[in-house]
Amino acid sequence: MSVRTRLILGSVISSGTALVIVGSVIASYELAQLRRGLVSRMSVQAEVVGTNSLSAILFNDSGSAGKTLSALEADTHVTGVALYGDDGQLFASYSRDLQESFEPVLADAAVGHDFQADRLLVRRAVMFDEKPVGTVLIVSDLLEISEARSRSVTVLVVLLLASLLVALVIWSWLQRDISKPLLDLAQTAQRVSQLKDFSTRVPGDRPDEIGELIHAFNEMLDEINIQQTELKSAHDGLEQRVEQRTAQLKSANDEIEAFSYSVSHDLRAPLRSIDGFSQALLEDYQERLDDTGQDYLRRIRAGCQRMGMLIDDLLGLARLTRQEMRCETVDVSDLAAHVAEELKSRDSGRQVEFRIQSGLVAQADAALLRIALENLLGNASKFTRDRPDARIEVGSMPSDKEMVFYVKDNGAGFDMSYANKLFGAFQRLHSQKEFEGTGVGLATVQRIIRRHEGRVWAEGRLGQGASFYFTLQRDGRANEEKDHPTGGRQP
Amino acid sequence: MKKKIILLVEDNPDDEALTLRALAKNRIMNDVVVVRDGVEALDFLFGQNGAEPDKRRPTVVLLDLKLPRVDGIEVLRRIRSDDHLRGVPVVVLTSSKEERDLVQSYQLGANSYIRKPVDFEKFVDAVGHLGLYWLLLNETPETIAAR
Repeated sequence: MSVRTRLILGSVISSGTALVIVGSVIASYELAQLRRGLVSRMSVQAEVVGTNSLSAILFNDSGSAGKTLSALEADTHVTGVALYGDDGQLFASYSRDLQESFEPVLADAAVGHDFQADRLLVRRAVMFDEKPVGTVLIVSDLLEISEARSRSVTVLVVLLLASLLVALVIWSWLQRDISKPLLDLAQTAQRVSQLKDFSTRVPGDRPDEIGELIHAFNEMLDEINIQQTELKSAHDGLEQRVEQRTAQLKSANDEIEAFSYSVSHDLRAPLRSIDGFSQALLEDYQERLDDTGQDYLRRIRAGCQRMGMLIDDLLGLARLTRQEMRCETVDVSDLAAHVAEELKSRDSGRQVEFRIQSGLVAQADAALLRIALENLLGNASKFTRDRPDARIEVGSMPSDKEMVFYVKDNGAGFDMSYANKLFGAFQRLHSQKEFEGTGVGLATVQRIIRRHEGRVWAEGRLGQGASFYFTLQRDGRANEEKDHPTGGRQP
Repeated sequence: MKKKIILLVEDNPDDEALTLRALAKNRIMNDVVVVRDGVEALDFLFGQNGAEPDKRRPTVVLLDLKLPRVDGIEVLRRIRSDDHLRGVPVVVLTSSKEERDLVQSYQLGANSYIRKPVDFEKFVDAVGHLGLYWLLLNETPETIAAR
């Protein structure tokens, strides 16, 4: 129900109710007055009739008494009059058009009046020498009262309708004054919320609460408008900044790309010259060089080759960051098993026991993860080569959020106080003589795992093996397969 | 019998000397024509800039990619788009193994891609292999016709 209808309905009901209450009170008061008036008039008539009939009673002249009674004919409401003697016997009576038939003996001699359904009985004693000598009984109809009642009901209804009409007119004018601005407000609010147009305003300037409401609403719209504008400009600024940064990033990437390309081509060429011509010297001028000279040339060649490796590793590391990632469900166990096979075939003289937990699955880029595993397993293999019972384990640890994988070996291990240096590029904890390498392997692992938004860390003790841990995103289907062991995963 | 010649496209004189040395060490005695950039290579092959194209058709082209003026990729593209030279084996012999070089070279129809190793002994090995393969084992319509 709309506010407008409720306002009108409320006003009509309240004014109608008030009018009905007031009207009823007035009407019932008026009716009571009328009844009292009737009783007192009939009492006076009875008094008069009693006095006039006194001599007729005393002289037992019922004929003259009857005449006296019929004088009441003049009062049209009186339907009958009866005069009873002091013995209660009917003495004389008058009945208009024979409407009334009086009892021959007065049943109830009590003085007073008695309203019956459609008539009024009034009894008065006829006194002589302060002694009752008879009783007058007047019967009157109640037409006067019922007429008055219907008259006042009619008046009340007419009055009610008229005042309701007036109230309706007044209220419809008032509601225009109150509910129309409210409706305007509601419409504007709806428009604002639907069209997101914060520039519209509710018209109207009033000195009352509704005016305050409109004012507050408009102010709120102003505020929102300002905030919207600020938000938009902030957003635009941000967008612009993102574009700028993207462009900067792209140009930086292009530069790195060009740099890598140049390094790849140009930095190796002089190394080839140094190495090649050193070899040429060793071959063509051997007899003119003594052992020391030849040793120096060999050292020069070793340096060149090491630098070549470093350049290759550096480029590989840089390539890892640029390479695009394609994440999919990867069978980590399978991947690790392949890498282990390759390591075994490369170093067939050694006995290394690989223990690879089956059913390891993760979300990852298979090519990158393979490089990481090659480095981790390669490291493990390298650092266990002095142990006859070399053992390398690949497995996962239970964790709620992510998958935690580990590669454990029982090799040379490392001093935990250097653990923070492990993953830095070209950082090495062993001499070239002990274990060869460029120190890029773990940096590569870290870069790959970080690109997967994972973490990598290590634990170890000197001479007692090392454990490398890394986390990857959990694969959604991994759990399901655990629930269905008949899934048939290759061990 | 027509002599089998090698066209070596190489701008770096050191690399040129080392390549020649590697060929010699592998007893590959064929004539080697050395050109020092892409333009010279195109001149030799197509006779550009008023020069007559050389009558000798190389049995194999050893092509460096990073060259002054016109690069190796462009030379390869021109060779492969020429009706007469399309069939000439081209071995890319370069410093890098950048992905885009590899992909481009093979897309344009390089027959082989070899990265020059820093270790000269490995380089000698590599040159030995490719000489053996392209000059002795590999048959082309020209070598058959020449017999």
